[in-house]
Amino acid sequence: MSMGKPLPHDAAPLHVTGQARYIDDIPTPRGSLHLAFGLSTVAHGDITAMDLSAVRAAEGVVAVIADLDPMPDCSPSVHDEPLLAVGRVHYVGQPLFIVVATSHLAARKAARLGKIEYAELPAILTVDEAMAANTRFEQGPVIWQKGEFNDAPHYVEGQMEVGGQEHFYLEGQVALALPQEGGDMVVHSSTQHPTEIQHKVAHALHVPMNAVRVEVRRMGGGFGGKESQGNALAIACAIAARLTGKPCKMRYDRDDDMMITGKRHDLRIEYRAGFDDDGRITGVEFRHLFRCGWSQDLSLPVADRAMLHADNAYFLPAVRIESHRLRTNTQSATAYRGFGGPQGVIGIERVIDHIAHTLGMDPLEVRRVNFYRAMGHAPNPAPQHPVATTPELTSQAAEGVPHTAPKPDPGTAQTTPYHMPVEDFIGHELCAELTRTSDYRARRKAIAEWNAGSPILKRGIALTPVKFGISFTLTWLNQAGALVHVYQDGSVHLNHGGTEMGQGLFQKVAQVAAGVFGIDTSAVKITATDTGKVPNTSATAASSGSDLNGMAVKAACETLRDRISDHFGGATFANGRVRTADADMSFAEAAARAYQARVSLSATGYYATPKITWDRLRGQGRPFFYFAYGAAVTEVVIDTLTGENRILRTDILHDTGSSLNPALDIGQIEGGYVQGAGWLTTEELVWDDKGRLRTHAPSTYKIPACSDRPRDFRVALWERPNPENSIGRSKAVGEPPFMLGISAFMAISDAIASCGARYPALDAPATPERILKALGHV
Amino acid sequence: MQTELFINGRVHRLEADARTTLLDALRHHLGLTGTKKGCDHGQCGACTVLVDGRRVNACLTLACMCDGSEITTIEGIGEPGALSPLQSAFIAHDGFQCGYCTPGQICSATAMMDEIAAGWPSHATGDLNAPVTTSAEEIRERMSGNLCRCACYPNIVDAILEVQG
Ligand code: FES
Ligand code: FES
Repeated sequence: MSMGKPLPHDAAPLHVTGQARYIDDIPTPRGSLHLAFGLSTVAHGDITAMDLSAVRAAEGVVAVIADLDPMPDCSPSVHDEPLLAVGRVHYVGQPLFIVVATSHLAARKAARLGKIEYAELPAILTVDEAMAANTRFEQGPVIWQKGEFNDAPHYVEGQMEVGGQEHFYLEGQVALALPQEGGDMVVHSSTQHPTEIQHKVAHALHVPMNAVRVEVRRMGGGFGGKESQGNALAIACAIAARLTGKPCKMRYDRDDDMMITGKRHDLRIEYRAGFDDDGRITGVEFRHLFRCGWSQDLSLPVADRAMLHADNAYFLPAVRIESHRLRTNTQSATAYRGFGGPQGVIGIERVIDHIAHTLGMDPLEVRRVNFYRAMGHAPNPAPQHPVATTPELTSQAAEGVPHTAPKPDPGTAQTTPYHMPVEDFIGHELCAELTRTSDYRARRKAIAEWNAGSPILKRGIALTPVKFGISFTLTWLNQAGALVHVYQDGSVHLNHGGTEMGQGLFQKVAQVAAGVFGIDTSAVKITATDTGKVPNTSATAASSGSDLNGMAVKAACETLRDRISDHFGGATFANGRVRTADADMSFAEAAARAYQARVSLSATGYYATPKITWDRLRGQGRPFFYFAYGAAVTEVVIDTLTGENRILRTDILHDTGSSLNPALDIGQIEGGYVQGAGWLTTEELVWDDKGRLRTHAPSTYKIPACSDRPRDFRVALWERPNPENSIGRSKAVGEPPFMLGISAFMAISDAIASCGARYPALDAPATPERILKALGHV
Repeated sequence: MQTELFINGRVHRLEADARTTLLDALRHHLGLTGTKKGCDHGQCGACTVLVDGRRVNACLTLACMCDGSEITTIEGIGEPGALSPLQSAFIAHDGFQCGYCTPGQICSATAMMDEIAAGWPSHATGDLNAPVTTSAEEIRERMSGNLCRCACYPNIVDAILEVQG
């Protein structure tokens, strides 16, 4: 059984020798053409004149595409994203025209030569401007309320600015379209969502989906930035390929990538919470002001997920969440690891921290008294499956068909703000264990003493937990398919709908397949995700990759194993051998004999997550199959003269269920934490008052480097089986650890708090400037 | 213009514009796509290669500047079945996730180990007169020009330490 083994990535030898192929490495046929977009230089305005003669005349230019009728749409939701601006521009960096040239460089150079005149309009750049102008998605705010608000002995209120985040996938966005006979198109796209690319390209070319095949072997990082943001490149390439009859490739240069594509949503969180003398919350109100950018993209489900995580690990007897999804003249904010969850979680963590400061308590004690009750037994609501009827079926932004959610029976479990009973809560044991292994209490005391004798440098420490809901909140996306062939020599060809972006999905899924057949993973060939093999796939997102695809692969493999077994009148599969009542043969021999006996050795597998049901408009139901948990303790030191800071030590205990692959999971946890800490410390996006993003390269936008990781980094897995019947009883691990980075932010706040009596009210990211500002008012 | 490049022990004659970067020469003209382009601005390290044994950002180096130089790219460091010790260590320690930064990390670390051996100090070196010792601190500092968005830093440092230590 190879499940649970710490095997390296499937393509490890290829990666370390530079032989792993990304899309830009695929040899293109002679005569291939290269594309670049000409971009808007104003944030809001009407195009009054567009002179592209110099672009057309530039060296190497084959074609310039400016007006298409009808203009193809790139949106994953409400068809509000024309491929090229039509009449009006909505942000600096919006594509206006496509240059098709003989080389990447020629296309980029020519793209700068367009002469565009605009009649500028006032640009809405901030949430305040958007609130004042009432520019928003949906008619008004989404409001969920639960429980009775009673008078509380104490209150805190405040607000917090939380910055966005550039994905900075090291491999930029890229697509390659290869025209085929009869008008068909093959598209290689660096995408987390091949089916969406297929759908959008087919729509743009006015052909059915079966005329378009999308393939993706791997991405050089995705993090949510390749869920919808690759649509424009793939569509542009397909259109240009159709026009010229030549293969067409488009790759954003890094600056273009950062100027054009969406990022994590930034937002303002306003809060007011009532609590008792022990810090127990009696009621809390949140107002989320999301800056969504110019188009809707995935903003609604992102903002929904922030609401769904506004409780994090805490039982809130009374809660009101008001969520505004504001339209601004900036890049369209999009999916990013956590998909709004981190924005929800940081709000309640801030409230808890503020309460602790007010009462003079250790924040950990306030966290503990507010935790959900420990795992109990409550009856589950019956599953319901809504009917799919909207056109953007496989997008997370497709709106759920309203249906009546069965009233959940809370049993002994406490319920979330959206009335879902929390039945699997392990925060108490997990945090107790981490408190012990990290020596939290003694260190907290030692830090206080150290700070008393250190006038300039101050230390801080914080423990923050995470509870993250696993499943797409759009219920029907929680399905997956797989296609498995066993060849007559016993080798296995594996395909499923998930995409590989470094998270190790392919390896995990291959381990599942090898486990079913009792063979070595080296006998399993993992192949590129291909819409021609497994159709109607969901994005590899919401941490669902292994959960969904692992189950689908397991189903397919079990079908094949049972067919072979039946042929022999019963057989067992282990260690590469197949044992029947009277024979013991290799798996290869069993496959050959089954083939000769005309047993089909190809099967599909399918999985739909059970139990889930969700009514997003009413904010009720069971949106998640289960929760994944974790906690981190971070210790930092800040320099009170410069605001500089360092992470000294981080201890993490993270819940992976029965891990499918501990090595890969630890990598995800470390990487998620570092990325989360980066979001809240060094990664700052700055737009000027004209709406131009000024941090559009790694010179000005600082992601964590090797020297920024915690000096002392200890990661342990909490490996208790998932109570729900997930693949191998494991738990999803892509997104939840990201929120452990919040402990770094809270530790900085703790260090600042040691310098005065007032609450630091630190904004994020905690850059040196922000730290100095907070130091100024404590 | 014509440039003669010795890459991974083989002579390549390049006929290209004088402004062609070494990175574009490798990737586009010579088909050596193991070296990656992450930013094209000298800020991420994905394009790191060795020129006469020293690590450089190929995106900031013009190909014609390397006329007559010995260039080693990731393809010249090892191949599946004949991996360098560092390449094997990256596998053993899971020193990557998406793998896009990996060729640059390995080229960079290969040269960095020589720099330590030659006694070059770094910002993290305490005593400039004593011989440089290999420590996690030194490696973190010296490798901070190679960004990894998947943040595999702990494993990258472990892999290097195994080979160097
Ligand atoms: S591509 Fe050369 S340093 Fe980034
Ligand atoms: S492994 Fe993905 S950038 Fe380093």
